[in-house]
Formats: sequence, C-alpha cells, structure tokens
Amino acid sequence: MNSISRKILGKISGLRIDILVLRKNKICVTNFKRRISLIQCYMQKPTGIITDEQRKRSLPKKLPIAGVDHVVCIASGKGGVGKSTVAVNLALAVSQNEPEARVGLLDADIYGPSIPLMMNLSGQVYLNDKKLMIPLENYGIHCMSMGLLTDSNSPIVWRGLMVMSAIERLLRHVAWGPLDYLFIDMPPGTGDVQLSISQNIPVNGAVIVTTPQDIALLDARKAVEMFTKVSVPVIGIVQNMGVFVCHHCGTETRVFGNDGAYRLASDTGLNVIVDLPLVPDIVETCDRGTPITLSQPDSEIATKYRQLGRTVIEYLKKQ
Amino acid sequence: MSATSNLRHNILVLSGKGGVGKSTVAVQVALSLRSLGHRVGLLDLDLCGPSVPRMLGLEAHQVVQTEGGGGWQPVYPYADQSLAVMSIGFLLKDREAAVIWRGPKKHAMINQFLGDVAWGNLDFLVVDTPPGTSDEHISVVEKLRGASTHALLVTTPQAVAVSDVRREVNFCRKMGVPVLGVVENMSGFVCPHCSECSRLFSSGGGTALCELYGLSLLGQLPVDPALGRCLDSGKDYMSEFNDSINSKVLMKIAESVVEQCSVA
Repeated sequence: MNSISRKILGKISGLRIDILVLRKNKICVTNFKRRISLIQCYMQKPTGIITDEQRKRSLPKKLPIAGVDHVVCIASGKGGVGKSTVAVNLALAVSQNEPEARVGLLDADIYGPSIPLMMNLSGQVYLNDKKLMIPLENYGIHCMSMGLLTDSNSPIVWRGLMVMSAIERLLRHVAWGPLDYLFIDMPPGTGDVQLSISQNIPVNGAVIVTTPQDIALLDARKAVEMFTKVSVPVIGIVQNMGVFVCHHCGTETRVFGNDGAYRLASDTGLNVIVDLPLVPDIVETCDRGTPITLSQPDSEIATKYRQLGRTVIEYLKKQ
Repeated sequence: MSATSNLRHNILVLSGKGGVGKSTVAVQVALSLRSLGHRVGLLDLDLCGPSVPRMLGLEAHQVVQTEGGGGWQPVYPYADQSLAVMSIGFLLKDREAAVIWRGPKKHAMINQFLGDVAWGNLDFLVVDTPPGTSDEHISVVEKLRGASTHALLVTTPQAVAVSDVRREVNFCRKMGVPVLGVVENMSGFVCPHCSECSRLFSSGGGTALCELYGLSLLGQLPVDPALGRCLDSGKDYMSEFNDSINSKVLMKIAESVVEQCSVA
C-alpha cells in the first residue's frame, strides 16, 4: 500500500477496509476521504443529534468562479424596487470610478431578465474553444443573462430544479475570464435561485435595495435574514424611489412612504448607503438601453451611483 | 368545496415583473367584487413575500382548524364572512421570518391551500401570485385544471415591465388560461401641488401590450401615495377614498371581471 492509503486507514477504528488505490491524484484521494467520512458517520451510534460540523459537511462546498476576484449580489426580497436598475448603474459606476477594472454583470433573474434591454445587448452568444459561453460586452461591462439565450417572448416555465441547473450554467459555463468584480442581479424572493447562488459560490457581499414603504421593508428584512443564514455579509441598504420632485413646480412628494429604509437600517445594524430619488429619466434611459450613469454622467443620480460604487469597493478591499 | 369546484371562478393575478402591484390589484379587486355583492376568497400564493395580511390589516390573525377536521379555516375580516383570506403569513409565528423554500415544499403548500382550506361557497377566488412563471404558477394552474380559471395581468408602463409581462401572456396561452385583460398600474402621477401629471415609469406600455396580443386594457391606475399608505397600515382605501380615480377604475375592473366570467 502507498503512503496515502495507509494514512486514511489510520483514521478508521474497528473497521477493516480493503483499499484498491487506482490512481495517486488529489481528486481521487479527496473523494475517497469523503467516502470514509460518510462510512464513519454511519458507524457512529446514533445520538439523534447532528452536530454543526456534520451539518456543514453535508452542504455543497462553495467553489469560486475561475478568474473572478469579488462577487456582489444586488437583492431585495421584494420585486420591482429597482434591483436591476441599481445593478446596471452600479456596475457602470464602478467602471467609471476604476477604468482599469474588469467588471461583469450576471442577470440571475431567469423568469424576468431585464439586463439585455437595460444594457442594450443583442446578438448571438458564442462558445469559446473550452465550450464556455462568451459574455456579451457593452459599455465595457461583460454580461450574461437567460434573456440572451432564449426568445424574448417565450416564458421560462420551469420548476426549481431546472432553474438551479440554469443558474449553475450561468455561473460555471460562462467564460467570465479575469474579472475584478462580478455583480449579480438577483431575482425577487428568497427561494431556489438565491439559495443556489449563495450556497455554491463565495459571495463577498450583498446590497439590499428597497423602496420606503412598509410592504417592501417586510421583504427586505427577509432578504437580510436569508443572507445572514447563508453567511453572506450585507454591505448595506439602498433606498430607491425615496422622493419625487415635480418637474413643473418643484414640490417634493414621498410617493412610496416615508424613509422606511432608515428604519430597516436601524433595526438590522446596517447603513443606508445611498438614497435615490424617483426620477423619470432613470426609467426612460434604462428602457432605451442607455442607463443614466452612462447617458447623464454629471447628473445627481449618476453621482450617487458612483458614491455607492466607492462604498462597495472600499468594503470589498477591507475584507 | 374541492379545488376544482366548477361553481367558483378563479382569477389569477399575474405579472412576469415584480413590484408592479399584483398584490395591490388582487386585494382591491377582491374588495371590489365583495362590494358588488359577491362571496370572494383571496389566496396569497406569494410564499416568500406574503403581502396580503398586511394590506388588509390582518397580521395578528392565525389560522385555525375547522371543527370536525374539515381543514383549515380561512381568515374572515368581515362578520358576514363575505371575504375569506388565506396566506402563509397567517401560518408564520414570526411575521418577519423568512420563508426560504425550494420548489417541492412550495408545491406541497399550494396543494394544501387549494385542497385543505375550507373555502366554503365562493363566487370568486382571487389568487395573488409572486412574479415569474415558476413553481407557484405551474402548481396553481395544474391544481385548478378543470375549473373556471382566468388570468388578470398587471403591468407598469415601462418597457422593462412589458417585456416580462409578454412572457406571462405566452405562459397563459401555453397553459390554456384565458386572459381577462391587462391592468396598467403606476400609470402617471398627479402632483398634489400643481396637479400636473408626470410619467414616473414611462408611458404606453399597457396599451402596446394589449395591441400586440389583442387583449383588453381593463384600466389604468395612476400612482396615489394614499393607496400605498392605506396598504401599509391595513386600511380600506376604497372606503376612505371612494371618490378617487383609482377607486373608480378598480370598480370598473371588477365589473368587467364579473361580466367576462359570466359570459365564459
């Protein structure tokens, strides 16, 4: 027997195992060690209690995406609060703040992919010689979305298991290449997609987007709880659509309630990183595929997005 | 009453897009149908983000078993039991607890909501759904196969919303669920100071969607901060603001739903 198999035998007590070592490489040894651990678990007298160590061992291991240094999720719990808008403008703002950085944007909303429209992406997705999908690039951002792989009119009528498989492909079968930052636009909710992403890749931080109203905060709280449960640090909160300023008379109206994001922040010990007003140009520029950070870089909104970008990057660099 | 009772019209409130106001429209349409004299059920199928209990001021309520083992009793906000409400929100001990479930568990819960709840004799069951075309939507359509089931689509005016709702239209076609029409929500905002209307979320999306698919535009609901405030605090918007544009449009939507369901 070689030295590797002798070492493994030494860990098992009272069990005779015949080992046939076919190959001496790391993957075989790792797989073999995992099987031995499982056998040890079965052999132990049942105590009725699964230890934290055993629980952690049975969760999927987080495997980083090759070549990607930092991953940030933009999430909310609630739909329609502006996750995609924030994700797109944040990616562009980071790119403006750090022109040398390579930035990627993954649209993880399988059912309602908005990134292709907002980033004005079109065209075929090609495979490289390693059979990985090449992200489409626009405005210097490398993007991938289910919307680029399917007909824009066809619904994705899939149950959770198929969605998990699709997410796996978008994470592992894309030539993300060397990226400094990958921003993931998450779908609404706290279900399959969020779990699949958080449990399978190391996520360096999450940004929670909410509107001011209580109904949105209820869901934002759940998103914070979910990220805490899967050990993803929450960088902070973005309050979106906080106030509307009438273009005709300048009156400010809090269309969607009063500063609820600040209540959420104080309850959870997080900070409101930026407070974004409701500006019709934001929607109209996204609809045209020319996000406001790009098309109106001197606007108040673009300045706020660059401020958000700086806060996120500083947080990542401190980790 | 079984899940596929033929005497009851099921109205699925759907949107491909999140945050367009499905729950708001579902709650207000259910209340409007009730005010037209119908017996209405309201089922909140958004398991991860149940908004209905909050919107109706029912957060403190819990679900109880009916006597004789007849299943779960829905929550009745009115003494005459003209509105029956069910949501996962009533089953959570802590209303802020996150429901982080994968598909099969959601499917089982939906089967229970449709099969094990003592809904009683209803004229309409309004079903609020989460965004998308996933487990919840597939499960509810499969469970309601054979019954009178229709879809009410909600969108906002912007292109990003419309592009998602287009998929929802095709979902309905694929699953054989007839579409009653489209409601365009957040369709403009009238400044309370100068009364000028601003397009907060672009314009024209609802109309374009209807033209593309030959659907009826059942109503356009402008943004009214009072509606959001009422929903946040569980107050009845249509009673307190019955003269508002939104109240009138919602009533017309309910009347159209009744008319189309009785003809079908």
